[in-house]
Amino acid sequence: MTTLDATLPAHGRVGAAARSFLAIVERDLLVIRREAPSFLVQTLVQPLFFLFVFGKVLTGIGTATPSFGTILLPGIVAFTCFLTPLQAVSIDLGRDLGFTHEIDDRLLAPLPNVLVALEKFGLAALRGLIAGACVFPLAYLVLGSGYHVRTDLVGEVAGMMVLTALLGAAIGMLVGAALLITPLLFTGCTYYPWSTLGGIGWFQVVTLFNPLTYAAEGLRHAMLPPIAGHPIETLPMGWVLVVLCGSLVVILGAGLRLFRHRVVS
Amino acid sequence: MTAAIEVEHLVKRYPRGRANAVDDVSFAVLRGETFGLLGPNGAGKTTAIGILTTRVLPTGGRAAVAGIDVVADPIAAKQRIGVVPQTSNLDRSLRVREILTFHAAYHGVSRRERQARADALLEELGLAARGRDKLDWFSGGLQQRVMLGRALMHEPDVLFLDEPTNNLDPQSRLFLWDRIRALHERGVTVVLTTHDMEEADRLCDRIAIMDHGRILALDTPEGLRRLIPGGTMLEVRTRLPQAVPAGAPAGAEPVEAALAALPGVTAVERRPGSGTDDAAVYRLYATGDAGQLLASAAQAVVREEAELLDLRFARPSLEDVFIHLTGSNLRA
Repeated sequence: MTTLDATLPAHGRVGAAARSFLAIVERDLLVIRREAPSFLVQTLVQPLFFLFVFGKVLTGIGTATPSFGTILLPGIVAFTCFLTPLQAVSIDLGRDLGFTHEIDDRLLAPLPNVLVALEKFGLAALRGLIAGACVFPLAYLVLGSGYHVRTDLVGEVAGMMVLTALLGAAIGMLVGAALLITPLLFTGCTYYPWSTLGGIGWFQVVTLFNPLTYAAEGLRHAMLPPIAGHPIETLPMGWVLVVLCGSLVVILGAGLRLFRHRVVS
Repeated sequence: MTAAIEVEHLVKRYPRGRANAVDDVSFAVLRGETFGLLGPNGAGKTTAIGILTTRVLPTGGRAAVAGIDVVADPIAAKQRIGVVPQTSNLDRSLRVREILTFHAAYHGVSRRERQARADALLEELGLAARGRDKLDWFSGGLQQRVMLGRALMHEPDVLFLDEPTNNLDPQSRLFLWDRIRALHERGVTVVLTTHDMEEADRLCDRIAIMDHGRILALDTPEGLRRLIPGGTMLEVRTRLPQAVPAGAPAGAEPVEAALAALPGVTAVERRPGSGTDDAAVYRLYATGDAGQLLASAAQAVVREEAELLDLRFARPSLEDVFIHLTGSNLRA
């Protein structure tokens, strides 16, 4: 029996996997670009209405204090960054692995399956970042004179948005989205600062188990200008970072393992 | 000759499976061979292909493609194989031509080369005018062509086709058969699963007949036919004296009983009749002298006062071989 050139050198395999990975990224970027208009309309409808009703209508009719729009905005950015990739990943995976199997061609490409999952995770997070960034001009238009965002912590805002989007994408790999979205959203301190919950102690504790709480609090810290000379009270940033990074690692690890389990029987 | 595929004592048991889906299967496929896995649904064909294409992990045994162990080195194995699945898994976010070029890009084919290959394959598959189309409204046959083109974009050593013509219209089926023959002439190793014996018979150099996770026989189509004992099959077409009441037990019909009682006859099978509705067709499996059988069968029919319409020796089909091996019908 003649020997085939069966044994590829190790660097050949790494190179093949890298080329494959980049080609899959290229494919996703093309699809994102092509779907951009409908994607943005779909994802920005929710923040638009929240900003309008809570930030404009409720403050206008006196149900909410005039600063409510300002306090609300970081929460809206947080849930947009969080929810967009969560839905993108969980709907895509549910569909691809469940019945269309459109991901098969990527799973048969010469790279480890885990890289296919990581690519999906990363590009979904990118979608979340794009959507989250679009909330700012939207808020500027809707809130008008009620738009107050401090600009001295731009790096912190960007960092928090990246972490939030990655966390949303990781959770999307782990769960079917539909069931979880509502409880995550309403216990995630997106519509109220955590410190204001002191009067409902048990609920304040519940929110601490939702990673979205830390994302919203972090963004509040980075975005809200001091009110009457006092910086806004949020969860300590050290804790925010520890919890966000920790839950990201744990959830992503579990998500990748589940993915492996779903694509190789 | 080099083996394109080597499978040794392969076993797959799914976590909640009652039996092994693939049960101690061994075979080798030579380079350039068109090899068929023939069997009913649930025989383990798709699982076997799944293992060879890195999507299913075997419970035991060894499987290698182009000398590469698919479990130890799935990445290298994936570079050598092309896969056309049972149902469409085409990337619907892309246009037809992009499906081909991106597949090649995943496999590290250079930009210029993948454009050239996509042009050539779209032309060859009769899709030259559809490259910019979206897949919406593509028929099953057209999607099959796109999947075949995609699988060939990185010039795999071995092409796997899982039930390639299942659910295709006759025209698309013939088209695909032509393409598979052309690949064969080009020296591509093709492994296909099917429960269509005509397909296996026409396309395959060798066929493994599978049932319940095991290979029951593996040979050329001609070799498999020789497995029918005695090798004589006689078809008798008669018009019966009176219609047999519906629901009568098998063998209750006197002509059938008389035929079964002839010396050398091992089995009689009533076939679905063709043409006039009162004609009955019996197939006799027999050992011994064929001429003697012909004469005594004719006498038996006349003796039972039935009208003899036709008598002919039949060539056993692969389905006959399958029934002989398993006792059940391929489509059952």
